[in-house]
Amino acid sequence: MADPMKIRASAKDGITEVKVLMSHEMETGQRKDSSGNLVPAHFITELSAEHNGKQVLAAQFGTAVSKNPYLAFKFKGGAKGDKLAVSWVDNKGDKRTDEVQIN
Amino acid sequence: MNMQRREALKAGGGLGLFGLLAAAGLITPGQARAEWNKSAFDAKSIEDTLKALGATGAQSSTDIQITAPDIAENGAVVPVGVVSALAGVEAIAILIEKNPNPLAASFMLPAGTEASVQTRVKMGQTSDVIAIVKAGGKFIMTKKEIKVTLGGCGG
Amino acid sequence: MSTRLPAVLAAVGFGLAGTAIAQGSTMDEIAKYREMLADGNPAELLELKGESLWKTPRGPKNASLEQCDMGLGPGKLDGAYAQLPRYFADTRKVMDVESRLVHCMVSLQGFQYEDVTRQWFSRPGKESEIEALVTYIGGKSNGMKIDVPARHPEEARMAKVGEYIFYRRSGPQDFSCAICHGQDDKRIRLQDLGNLTTQAGAGMAMSTWPSYRVSQGAVWTMQRRLIDCMRQARWPEPKYLSDSVIALQVYLQKTASGTVMQTPGIKR
Ligand code: HEC
Repeated sequence: MADPMKIRASAKDGITEVKVLMSHEMETGQRKDSSGNLVPAHFITELSAEHNGKQVLAAQFGTAVSKNPYLAFKFKGGAKGDKLAVSWVDNKGDKRTDEVQIN
Repeated sequence: MNMQRREALKAGGGLGLFGLLAAAGLITPGQARAEWNKSAFDAKSIEDTLKALGATGAQSSTDIQITAPDIAENGAVVPVGVVSALAGVEAIAILIEKNPNPLAASFMLPAGTEASVQTRVKMGQTSDVIAIVKAGGKFIMTKKEIKVTLGGCGG
Repeated sequence: MSTRLPAVLAAVGFGLAGTAIAQGSTMDEIAKYREMLADGNPAELLELKGESLWKTPRGPKNASLEQCDMGLGPGKLDGAYAQLPRYFADTRKVMDVESRLVHCMVSLQGFQYEDVTRQWFSRPGKESEIEALVTYIGGKSNGMKIDVPARHPEEARMAKVGEYIFYRRSGPQDFSCAICHGQDDKRIRLQDLGNLTTQAGAGMAMSTWPSYRVSQGAVWTMQRRLIDCMRQARWPEPKYLSDSVIALQVYLQKTASGTVMQTPGIKR
């Protein structure tokens, strides 16, 4: 099972700033393991962020996004206590959703 | 996270993320976007990537800034941000010219989301990083060279 | 001495900084790079993972680590890292955070020593529970001052041993820790080497470990840092959790005492 994300969302002057760290290997499919075999590609492909259920960002990733992907973005609106959820799915169908309250 | 939603997420095998989210009631179907753009991520040249993104002919513009250090200590983790002051930015893409597949990530910004995203990418070697922005239906781009002191391929 | 260092380092294959690119601006850009990574330090994920490892009942005894005594009493983690290594009456040993943690995993959770220490550091595709737990424990001392006065006779003895090891020259290159870390303003490959013999230098170093190492894409614990430095000194590598490594930590933490902890750090 995928490990939790770390999400920080803070509202200030009418703008909410979101910073997300995801726990994922983001294997390129080009790395060899210690016995010389290629490690199959395993990476997050799609991500979505929702503020109180309304989408505020959609992203698509390739294998060039770093291990343990980081993402920061900003949107208008959002108040302390509102819900901010981030979901991702990877190329093997693993997925994860985490939710925080904006502070 | 409520149980029902988790079940829905679990149940949705081949739906793709946005199908799943719609099924889980997390987003309304109207918000669901395109499937993962395989041809763009598989493209091996800037030209082919632009084509797959529908961005052929993107004009160079000073209305986009790439925020990144000039030098990255480790190519496996290179912070790259893209900011634009233009109104009506709908999408942003980050390309690494010298990577085997240039497209690293693309972002779709619903109305109300600022044209400001930051992520971290892998770079096999010193290369131009290209940011493409779609605003008001038009594509524009800018680039910045980032030097890499330690190659980052293979993760 | 000061002219000898670059020669010695060049001799063992360290590239010294700054021929191709102007060093000042390079240092600025590297600082900018690290700053951008510090906001959203990848180590914060390990901290989360460490927290769940700490709180989840595991092992043959199906116990969590919440009764583990890191020096301030069972389950008391706030400030514990900043006061380690210290003497523990139950084991009659001076222990650092890692040896104490392993002790708890063995005694409370019933794991075999060999099993818990096998993956004492991570490799690509292989996570290390110890790294995650130490990162979590380190974070619980943030904002607190390092406080290792080494007053207990055993702690005082270990501090002395550590100091002795720090200055002792040995190995095929006749290296000591002090050759690389005993002066101000030394640097190897754009990495400032603090003077670990001063409170400021040791403080800057010790207060930021465990640290995410950009060049490794992984968090390193202090055991790993020191064992790797012994390798760099061309000394025989000590075993994980060796007394020599703990002694060096007592010496360094004692020197660093008074510095406010800020982990996980971010380093080359
Ligand atoms: C050949 C030179 C060399 C020797 C000898 C050496 N180190 Fe290091 N040490 C380094 C380098 C270089 C770094 C910085 C990390 C890097 O870039 O690899 C470092 C980092 C450290 C750090 C972390 C500093 C910080 O700012 O976070 C500590 C603590 C340390 N060394 C202790 C020791 C001890 C104790 C010894 C003796 C056992 C020792 N070192 C021997 C080169 C050396």
